[in-house]
Amino acid sequence: MIPLNDLNDGLPVQAGFVFLGIFALLLFMGLVVQVIEARNLSSTQKSNLTLHQIRSQIYSWWVMAVVLLFAFWFGRIGTGILFLLISFAALREFMTLVYRRKGDHYAVVACFYLLLPLQYYFVVSDWYGMFSALIPVYAFLILPIITSLSGDVGSFFERTAKIQWGAMITIYCLSHVPALMNLHIPGFEGRNILLLIFMIAVVQFSEVLQFICGKLFGKRPVLPALSTQTSWWCVFGALGGGTAVAASLWWLTPFTPLQAAATGLLLSIMGFFGGLVMSAIKQSFGISMWGRRTRSHGGMIDRVDNICFAAPIFFHIVHYYWVP
Amino acid sequence: MPIFLQRFLAWLIDHFLYLLVSFLTGIRPKFEGDLSFTPEKKVYFANHGSHGDFVMVWISLPKRWRSLARPVAGADYWLSNRFKSFIINNVFNGLLIHRDGNNPKAMTQQMSQALENGSSLIIFPEGTRNTDDNTILLPFKSGIYHLARDNPDIRLVPIWIDNINRVLPKGKLIPVPLICEVSIGDEMALLPNESKEDFLKRATENLLALAPEAKQQAYSQQQSLKLKEKCNDSAQ
Repeated sequence: MIPLNDLNDGLPVQAGFVFLGIFALLLFMGLVVQVIEARNLSSTQKSNLTLHQIRSQIYSWWVMAVVLLFAFWFGRIGTGILFLLISFAALREFMTLVYRRKGDHYAVVACFYLLLPLQYYFVVSDWYGMFSALIPVYAFLILPIITSLSGDVGSFFERTAKIQWGAMITIYCLSHVPALMNLHIPGFEGRNILLLIFMIAVVQFSEVLQFICGKLFGKRPVLPALSTQTSWWCVFGALGGGTAVAASLWWLTPFTPLQAAATGLLLSIMGFFGGLVMSAIKQSFGISMWGRRTRSHGGMIDRVDNICFAAPIFFHIVHYYWVP
Repeated sequence: MPIFLQRFLAWLIDHFLYLLVSFLTGIRPKFEGDLSFTPEKKVYFANHGSHGDFVMVWISLPKRWRSLARPVAGADYWLSNRFKSFIINNVFNGLLIHRDGNNPKAMTQQMSQALENGSSLIIFPEGTRNTDDNTILLPFKSGIYHLARDNPDIRLVPIWIDNINRVLPKGKLIPVPLICEVSIGDEMALLPNESKEDFLKRATENLLALAPEAKQQAYSQQQSLKLKEKCNDSAQ
């Protein structure tokens, strides 16, 4: 079922340009931070903290870029395995907060050992019908059945809703990223990996610009209840930056520059709201970051929350307008 | 079995367990710089909620600390078949205690002997597994106090293991992956002239200080509730 001849299709040359660009940018940013640090050794505590934040951010981008490059090298199998692992880590973080009663045990077991591998099997084997129905239809009906068999009815509706939501966001939504490899766009064969690179680059740059704008100017939050860090400048930075990056990367995609810009705007909007919604969920769980309580940096979901929201929309736009 | 084969098998089981537990719980060894104490002559005391607890402590310790740490385990359970006895002896280098004699002094002596040889011990002062979800921590047994009194040069290190009881609750067959945490505190020692009650109270407090805030609050609520009940009982 799995088309093994796709294993060694390698990377298109455009992908090489993008990664070279990213590495050069990271190197440049590292140097800038180095220089700033050397200049103000006697600076205040606060700016040192920001610098430290930026340095650890740059380090984690290096790791991300190298891991993505390695996975993309192995085509659809590589991206499938990489996003299976990312989904696993995200699902583990989510269920750590959701799982509160013994009656949920076997529903959570089903998420990890049944839904997760099955969903990625349907992605890699290009079984579109099952890929799009497994979690919204089958899991939606079967998970509450499993929970009901436990006989524990205490806050039953809340528990099943939370488990379903976790499966949707961490398995279903994320699996749309490797599923981009399955789209058959005429004249674009063998280059689908560029769609993944385009999407991830746009969404990540949009988040970076949001972060930078938040640090540089604009202090009044748009939605103070959701996020104290997000000012109007952040919104403009995120949307404008994402659109600009998308337009400048149009040559990676089957889109015209205008189409690329419009898609970029939509991806940035979805990514922006993804971050906002996930931060609202974090607040309702009473945490500030996903993952470990004692860790200073965020967890897997903190990194991919924007991709969770952007990937399904991007997948369907390309599917409806570019796949005949 | 030839000795090299035994060693190889022990190495294999050790690594398999490490991979399995860190896949399920996300636990990895701490960095050496994170610990404020030396590997020798420590008594690690942890809360006890599952069979996997000593493996969690074992994995969290950095290599140099782990090589000296010996879990204290019941001989009756671990010597019941050859596989179990291989694991506790060859993989974990456990200190097997005979509980059937009902002689607490002999147990303490056995542990003191191991500490004098420079080893460290992993113990669970609650005595038995705490399988009730609503109980945060059972009262400590006095063994840990006797151990500290008989060996004035040892230090005790509290270790809080969090969330592991949900990975494989009692009566379930399949473990689920959930993020767990192992928090290692600072070393403590028996103070001069400290009474048994005071020492046990201090050890309990030091362990609880590593637990998540919500659990600490729940524990203090439970304690005050118990105190009230006691007062009511004695009033009647």
